[in-house]
Amino acid sequence: MTDADKNLHEFNRQMVWAGFRQLVPIAVFVTLFGAAFGLAAIQAGLQGSVIVAMSTLVFAGASQFAALELWGPQVSLFTLVITVFAINARHLLMGATLYPWLRHLPPAKRYGVMLIASDANWAMSLQAFNRGQPGIGLLLGGGLALWSFWVVGTWLGIYFGGAIQEPRSLGLDMVMGCFLLAMVVGGEKNLRLLMIWIVAACASLLAYWYLPDNSHVVVGALAGGLAGTFWTEKKNEH
Amino acid sequence: MNIETTGSSALILVSIMAVVTLATRWGGVYVMSFVPIGYRVKQFIGATSGSVLVALLAPMALEGDNGARLALLATAATMLLLKKPLPAIAAGILTAAIFRQF
Repeated sequence: MTDADKNLHEFNRQMVWAGFRQLVPIAVFVTLFGAAFGLAAIQAGLQGSVIVAMSTLVFAGASQFAALELWGPQVSLFTLVITVFAINARHLLMGATLYPWLRHLPPAKRYGVMLIASDANWAMSLQAFNRGQPGIGLLLGGGLALWSFWVVGTWLGIYFGGAIQEPRSLGLDMVMGCFLLAMVVGGEKNLRLLMIWIVAACASLLAYWYLPDNSHVVVGALAGGLAGTFWTEKKNEH
Repeated sequence: MNIETTGSSALILVSIMAVVTLATRWGGVYVMSFVPIGYRVKQFIGATSGSVLVALLAPMALEGDNGARLALLATAATMLLLKKPLPAIAAGILTAAIFRQF
């Protein structure tokens, strides 16, 4: 990890706008994903206003799809809370990984930019920081792009969803996966990171098969993180 | 405890989901404000960041259909060759879409 003490946390309107534009290509796919959600939610029996409210306020696709699975005339509150928390628990780690830079911001901004942290803008932002470039503009601007396109997509899906009945056959379920993989492959690579990733992948798979549903991301990430504290970067030692 | 999904109770459920999700977005930052950022913690944070992605992707690659696997493979290969994310993502999606037509 690079030194976090430079002024990389600073951001202004231009940087937010640049971040917005940089995430628009991904956000276009997110619109389609949002439309798929809107359609699925209508089919699950939710009201249009509830669906738009969910995308606007929750803004976490995987957990929203999972909530649809639990939806019925009645919903078990406990199951819903546990499911949403487990799927979104990766945000805890995302916030923690950005903390070395976020800590230089006043609390209102620090928590404000985290309101719309999600997989894609977090990954872009962290990669920028690790390259020694400012990243908050990407986090905030990119988040605004993803969030607005997600809400618009949801709305489109509710009213015009019939047009994309099978997002899977168009490969749209792979958008996030391919994006995140591109981030991994495009980032720093060395033997230490490779070993850490193998630990993370194995732990994730074991959790996926043997531990409660939705625990695999957090288990794998923590296992990789722990591996990193044992096999530390040599260049920084002493 | 079961909650009805009719009328405004559905919006209450959505609000609860929103609060839980917000807690995950803020919680990590909040907890870290009590952790002194020493050498080990930095190493942990650095290792965790890539591991989140790998932990997300591993079951997708192993448990997914061949379309999903080929899509990830195409993305990785394009990324290594061109080092540009957008063509890499497009290649992945296109691969999955084409493969699943048959």
